Amino acid sequence: MAIEVRIPTILRNLTDGAKAVEGKGGTLDELFADLDVRHPGLRARLVDDKGLRKFVNVYLNDEDVRFLGGLDTALSDGDNVTILPAVAGG
Amino acid sequence: MLTIERALVDLIVAHARADHPDEACGVIAGPAGSDRPVRHIAMANAERSPTFYRFDSQEQLKVWREMDDRDEEPVVIYHSHTATEAYPSRTDVSYAAEPNAHYVLVSTRDADDVEFRSYRILDGEVTEEEVTVVDAYA
Repeated sequence: MAIEVRIPTILRNLTDGAKAVEGKGGTLDELFADLDVRHPGLRARLVDDKGLRKFVNVYLNDEDVRFLGGLDTALSDGDNVTILPAVAGG
Repeated sequence: MLTIERALVDLIVAHARADHPDEACGVIAGPAGSDRPVRHIAMANAERSPTFYRFDSQEQLKVWREMDDRDEEPVVIYHSHTATEAYPSRTDVSYAAEPNAHYVLVSTRDADDVEFRSYRILDGEVTEEEVTVVDAYA
């Protein structure tokens, strides 16, 4: 079992067009590191040196991870992670 | 070019007027690949601000899921400017992340007149496009 990760349109150039990919990790941070091995560059689009990028929304089983533990959020096999670019501006 | 029904333009303008002086924002969904805006979804502006907007993350997930289930995509993403021109700001450009969307801007700075303009925003580059308003799609 693994963790399914849904990828938004704008990042599918890093997943060969795949809408969803699988990865593993005990935390979100580990999951992103694992994904980056097969999809180089993906992690950098999600995380910067301060943590989760401000204008990326990441959901664990439909909960915004900002209200869970951010990058330290614990994951289990069978979890679903969804990534969406925030829609924002001035 | 954006082709859009008059009734949808009216809904966007009414939403922008109702939320003035805060910025209003929302989506017009349409069948994936059709480039045809059909279903109006007014979104909450989580910032409730006259100078900034952001979709509420939980509402966005729900709406994006729903579009996925219905084989739709966000054909139009709109928001209002309440004191300035209907032209994408620097932040609008840096956060634009839906390459297939028409970014519509409405300005409510003039109470009697409304500016309704549409743009493509790709890799930091803004291109204004013509807007054709029709009574009904052919």
